[in-house]
Amino acid sequence: MSKNSVKPLVEVENLKKHFDINTGFLSTKPLKAVDDVSFSINKGETLGLVGESGCGKTTVGRTLLHLYKPTGGRIWYDGREIRTKEDISYLRRKASMVFQDPYSSLNPRMTVSDIIGEPLDVQKKYTNKNERRDRILELMNYVGLNSEHASRYAHEFSGGQRQRIGIARALAVDPELLVCDEPVSALDVSIQAQVINMFVELQEKLGLTYLFIAHDILVVRHISDSIAVMYLGKMVELSDADEIYNRPLHPYSKSLLSAVPIPDPKTARERKRIVLSGDIPSPLNAPSGCPFRTRCPYATEECATSMPQFEEVSKGHYVACHRVNEIN
Amino acid sequence: MPLLEIKDLHTYFYTDAGKVKAVNGVSFSLERGKVLGIVGESGSGKSVTAYSIMQILEGNGEIVSGSIKLDGQELVGAGEEVMKKVRGNRISMIFQDPMTSLNPTYTIGKQLMEAIMLHTNRSKKEAYDRAVEMLRLVNVNEPLKRMKQYPFELSGGMRQRVMIAMALACEPDILIADEPTTALDVTIQAQILELMKSLQEELGMVIILITHDLGVVAQMCDEVIVMYAGSICEQGTVDEIFYNPCHEYTKGLLRSIPTTSDVEKLMPIPGTPIDLLNMPKGCPFAPRCENAMKICIKQPAETIKINDNHTAACWMNVKKGIDEGKIVFDNDMEGGDLQ
Ligand SMILES: Nc1ncnc2c1ncn2[C@@H]1O[C@H](COP(=O)(O)OP(=O)(O)O)[C@@H](O)[C@H]1O
Ligand SMILES: Nc1ncnc2c1ncn2[C@@H]1O[C@H](COP(=O)(O)OP(=O)(O)O)[C@@H](O)[C@H]1O
Ligand code: SF4
Ligand SMILES: [Mg+2]
Ligand SMILES: [Mg+2]
Repeated sequence: MSKNSVKPLVEVENLKKHFDINTGFLSTKPLKAVDDVSFSINKGETLGLVGESGCGKTTVGRTLLHLYKPTGGRIWYDGREIRTKEDISYLRRKASMVFQDPYSSLNPRMTVSDIIGEPLDVQKKYTNKNERRDRILELMNYVGLNSEHASRYAHEFSGGQRQRIGIARALAVDPELLVCDEPVSALDVSIQAQVINMFVELQEKLGLTYLFIAHDILVVRHISDSIAVMYLGKMVELSDADEIYNRPLHPYSKSLLSAVPIPDPKTARERKRIVLSGDIPSPLNAPSGCPFRTRCPYATEECATSMPQFEEVSKGHYVACHRVNEIN
Repeated sequence: MPLLEIKDLHTYFYTDAGKVKAVNGVSFSLERGKVLGIVGESGSGKSVTAYSIMQILEGNGEIVSGSIKLDGQELVGAGEEVMKKVRGNRISMIFQDPMTSLNPTYTIGKQLMEAIMLHTNRSKKEAYDRAVEMLRLVNVNEPLKRMKQYPFELSGGMRQRVMIAMALACEPDILIADEPTTALDVTIQAQILELMKSLQEELGMVIILITHDLGVVAQMCDEVIVMYAGSICEQGTVDEIFYNPCHEYTKGLLRSIPTTSDVEKLMPIPGTPIDLLNMPKGCPFAPRCENAMKICIKQPAETIKINDNHTAACWMNVKKGIDEGKIVFDNDMEGGDLQ
């Protein structure tokens, strides 16, 4: 399958989101939750976003949809740059979000039909009651809920089913792009697999594009066309999913991938793990230069003084490391 | 004699909605020097099994029947005095959330020293030295500084190390670790798992590692117990469980996780999770099992020995045995049962 003809649906250049954190009376400090992140996602494809908690994955997703106002950088959707209020409402009609926690993101006192119907009401996506009802049933059908569920309350459902309700709600606006923020992390594996398969089927059926955020790398690899790795607000590597899984080039990606427990005892016994020492620094006191240098086994003086550029080292494979060529 | 031997353990909780049979006939034994994994989805009874061993069940729960022997000594019904000694000196437990064992208002040093003085007859000075030594053992950097810090001043991974240090302060024979790395990031998880493995080898203790992560099991365990709805489905060496699964639930579990090979589609287990208040009469997994036969719905499966390193409680093994002529047709069974 040639991907050369595919156009990017989303393009992001040097995206920044800094939060002002109070550090004392009348003094604040910027927390660089996302700093100079660039990527694009082709129409109908999935970009997986991985990295440890606090590295900025959720903030990337929310800032991309202008749920947070970007501190800097540029975003294009389908070739249109998102700048004005009109651009933002255009984007909101094209994209929606699926959240991690099916328990807290749904109002337990609303029926399934109202939860899914709410975005339809907001965007006035129907002309009469029957049309509204038919659309709700169609959406429920997409996610494998049957019509009897419509009048029941969210709290009556198990985690996997609540996630289905959340996805049906996200699909109500007829989006082309879904930002999925850890949508399967809270589910047991057997249920997780049901939901993952559903994401795959929906993508095939509706031609959806996903930004799929997760910390489980095996899940991300399974579902993604390409994968981006983040560390302390920076994107450190981006490439084709198999390429990055089999041949990670950034020292952080290498250790992250080697640390993933593989559910195969023989592989687990033979595998060499790179166990990093130390903790992830606080983003309020991020190291100078390369954010990874305090834990990086290859760090040199240069790494402390200058920030490595995010550069294409081979076709479609981007890495931000001063020593990428020497160490690989 | 096995170090720990559990026979037909039943632990129930009494709630307004009814009797919750959280542990339903669990039996296993444990040899010295091993890491035993207990896997299963949430609500399958992993933690309650551990709490039963420690006898730290919540007020509405009790061990209804069964036996738990430590070095041959019966613990069920032995009384709180005996259990206090067991908990302090023989079996320790660590939890997913370290804050359940750490007191937020005391320094790390004070807590560690108290644990040490409680279980050994060391003086304050000796306890201090031992506490610092323990922190070094679990690879906490700058141990002297940590001694003076409060739990909230430490990162999640660091707190988990401190909790391990506390649990090991009394040099237990058995360490029960209940989802010890579930709340941690992978690179920190890798540090903690490596630490646990090396301590286990160094100190020769037994670890019971409770987890829902099959990757962690593959990496850490010698033996594995797979639980579903309060019962053991299958038990064996880690290789037997992964490469020769003999219970339909274990097979389903292994098919539903993404692996390193390129599989186009995951094969999830159909259906919804267990409802312990509405347990089926037969095999607890029967309502979700695609291969369930008539007998599976009628009657719980016998635990059958697959080989010296492996047992499983699934009617498919009985069917297979009969088909292969290894098991003689049981009189009670009707002709259509195994269909
Ligand atoms: N609304 C906010 N205000 C202040 N800081 C925030 C806010 N949202 C996120 N952060 C901080 O930004 C960093 C990145 O957070 P997040 O994007 O949630 O990471 P991830 O999703 O990768 O776990 C963290 O340090 C977090 O504490
Ligand atoms: N105090 C309690 N009261 C009622 N039910 C309980 C109590 N503690 C645990 N349970 C139930 O026992 C079952 C087993 O729980 P648990 O051992 O914690 O599962 P696991 O650790 O495998 O996720 C669950 O269904 C849980 O709801
Ligand atoms: S730039 Fe330096 S510190 Fe950063 S990853 Fe590369 S070698 Fe390591
Ligand atoms: Mg997040
Ligand atoms: Mg538990």
